[in-house]
Amino acid sequence: MKAVCWMGTEKMSVETVHDPKILNPRDAIVRITSTCICGSDLHLYDGLMPTMEQGDILGHEFMGEVVEVGGSIKPEKLKVGDRVVVPFTIACGHCFFCEQQLWSCCENSNPNYWMAEKLMGYSPSGLFGYTHMLGGYAGGQAQYARVPFADVGPLKLPNGVPDEQVVFLSDIFPTGYMGAENANIRPGDTVAIWGCGPVGQFAIRSAFLLGAERVIAIDRFNYRLRLAQQAGAEIINYTEVDSVLDRLKEMTGNIGPDSCIDAVGMEAHYTGPTYLVDRAKQALKIEPDRPGVLRECIMACRKGGTISVPGVYGGFVDNFPIGQYMNKAITMKTGQAHMMKYMKPLLDRIERGDIDPSFVVSHRVPIDDAPKMYQVFRDKQDHCTKVVLDPWADGARAA
Amino acid sequence: MAEAVRIHSGSATRSRSRFPAEAPRWSAVAAGSALALFGLSRRSKAGLALAAGGGLLAFAGSRLNASPTQLVASSTMQVNCSPQQAFEFWRNFENLPLFMHHLDSVSILGDRRSRWVAPGPLGSRIRWDAEIVVERPGELISWRSLPGSDIDVDGYVEFRQAPGNRGTFVSANIIYSPPAGKFGGAIARLLGKDPAFLMRQDLRRFKALIEAGEIPTVEGQSHGPRSRVVAAARTLDPDQAIRRDAGLREVLHAKRRLA
Repeated sequence: MKAVCWMGTEKMSVETVHDPKILNPRDAIVRITSTCICGSDLHLYDGLMPTMEQGDILGHEFMGEVVEVGGSIKPEKLKVGDRVVVPFTIACGHCFFCEQQLWSCCENSNPNYWMAEKLMGYSPSGLFGYTHMLGGYAGGQAQYARVPFADVGPLKLPNGVPDEQVVFLSDIFPTGYMGAENANIRPGDTVAIWGCGPVGQFAIRSAFLLGAERVIAIDRFNYRLRLAQQAGAEIINYTEVDSVLDRLKEMTGNIGPDSCIDAVGMEAHYTGPTYLVDRAKQALKIEPDRPGVLRECIMACRKGGTISVPGVYGGFVDNFPIGQYMNKAITMKTGQAHMMKYMKPLLDRIERGDIDPSFVVSHRVPIDDAPKMYQVFRDKQDHCTKVVLDPWADGARAA
Repeated sequence: MAEAVRIHSGSATRSRSRFPAEAPRWSAVAAGSALALFGLSRRSKAGLALAAGGGLLAFAGSRLNASPTQLVASSTMQVNCSPQQAFEFWRNFENLPLFMHHLDSVSILGDRRSRWVAPGPLGSRIRWDAEIVVERPGELISWRSLPGSDIDVDGYVEFRQAPGNRGTFVSANIIYSPPAGKFGGAIARLLGKDPAFLMRQDLRRFKALIEAGEIPTVEGQSHGPRSRVVAAARTLDPDQAIRRDAGLREVLHAKRRLA
């Protein structure tokens, strides 16, 4: 089959590889019909995440049709022919964390638990198409994928809903929704959201669904800010103001936003000399993450407010404003999305017509174009917001 | 708790008995270092040669008998099941190789006796017979190897109800005391430099088997072309491209070795 492989920093290539096999009794094989490039794939593309290996298959946002199931999968859970969307986190369904609905903290899905344990104390769940520290599972930017614990993760889909409306249930829609839910939004609240990429866009819409009165979206690309405006958000282009903090204070009568959402993460862009310092430290590998947005969230958040962090971070940061965080009585909530908690309710919302997630798609291309699209997406060329790959397009020659 | 005491006191006496075995090692290190210092203080060619000789002696001494004579592997893991379930799975010793990857097989010889086989050097096999010493259903099992075994093994595993209705704490302790002969080094290699780490890995697989019904794996999955450098490194160190006892820094920089 064809698969998008990581061959080194900024080196992606579409390779012909062996078709996946069932390796464990609770596995299933999915024939992929749609798959996407995620912003967190760009951290791998840029070589910022440790423990990648040449030849790794990327991709964790995919859906398709079940073509094979392992011996332990009961037919009422999943069977050949089911149309499914697959969550990017892998969860066993039976450990303490799964039982608490903390699905992205599953204890039993990372075969390289010990590696993440060294870095974080305990390992979160395994992920598709990510670092070996998080399992090293082959990903879904391919024609087929092996899905472990397939009786827990994949969500069965009704026929008739187009792929583009449901494929984002694999990651960014639940991630954005949980980002908004973690922000503890109450009716009348003002929510500031940093980053108008796909997760930010879903967080903006979810914040309104959860009852926010005002959403203020912050980014540097006008085409992305326009998408935010279409959802009803007020906007700040941070390259056009002197200080985001001052602007937010002005817009909120010096109270500050009740909730701040960091939908950017470790490769944030910001202005001023601290950005250059962080950027240099990241290049020298002495500071893995650039925490500019997180610092700004802590400064801007109102006293007693909530910060939610759906943006991905990898490790340590410098100059974390812990005194500001402490003295202002702020709550921070984090985590990879607990997918299985959100997928079904959000599918219901899509079917009810509350939201049509396909608004975020800017590019639809054959899988053969994936390496080029990584660069286009990273550099925000061609008004790129979200890339959907077709593994079987005419351009994708049969492999 | 008497069994625990037995094992711990046993390990204490064995640690004490280790000291005489270390005596020649430390004498060699001390004598070699003294010779090296004396040689250096002479500031002559002969003195330099003396220093080099002393240095070699100290180095050889430091390597002498450096492998530990006793390996204690112990760890505790929370498992989402009742103490009785965890006990029953463990009590069937034939299940142990499913999660203890340094074992080839365990076969039941009788109600309380079992035969254990582990891979040794150059395709050989290390065998020992064990008998259950104490068994309290839902609470603990302890066993020890019988005379005539290739190595001396004491095992003790306890199952305790975790607080707050959070399943069971499984605490496993296994003490390997290889004889000085041919298998001493082999066992040390088998268990690596960090037996406690390996026990944690074993218990994590035990947990996965009980909770999820299978052990997560990526071995045998699809991938693109791997680097030849990595392939060569794996031939040299077939255990794992990233060493099990690697520090955080090495884990974070594993990419460099891999890619």
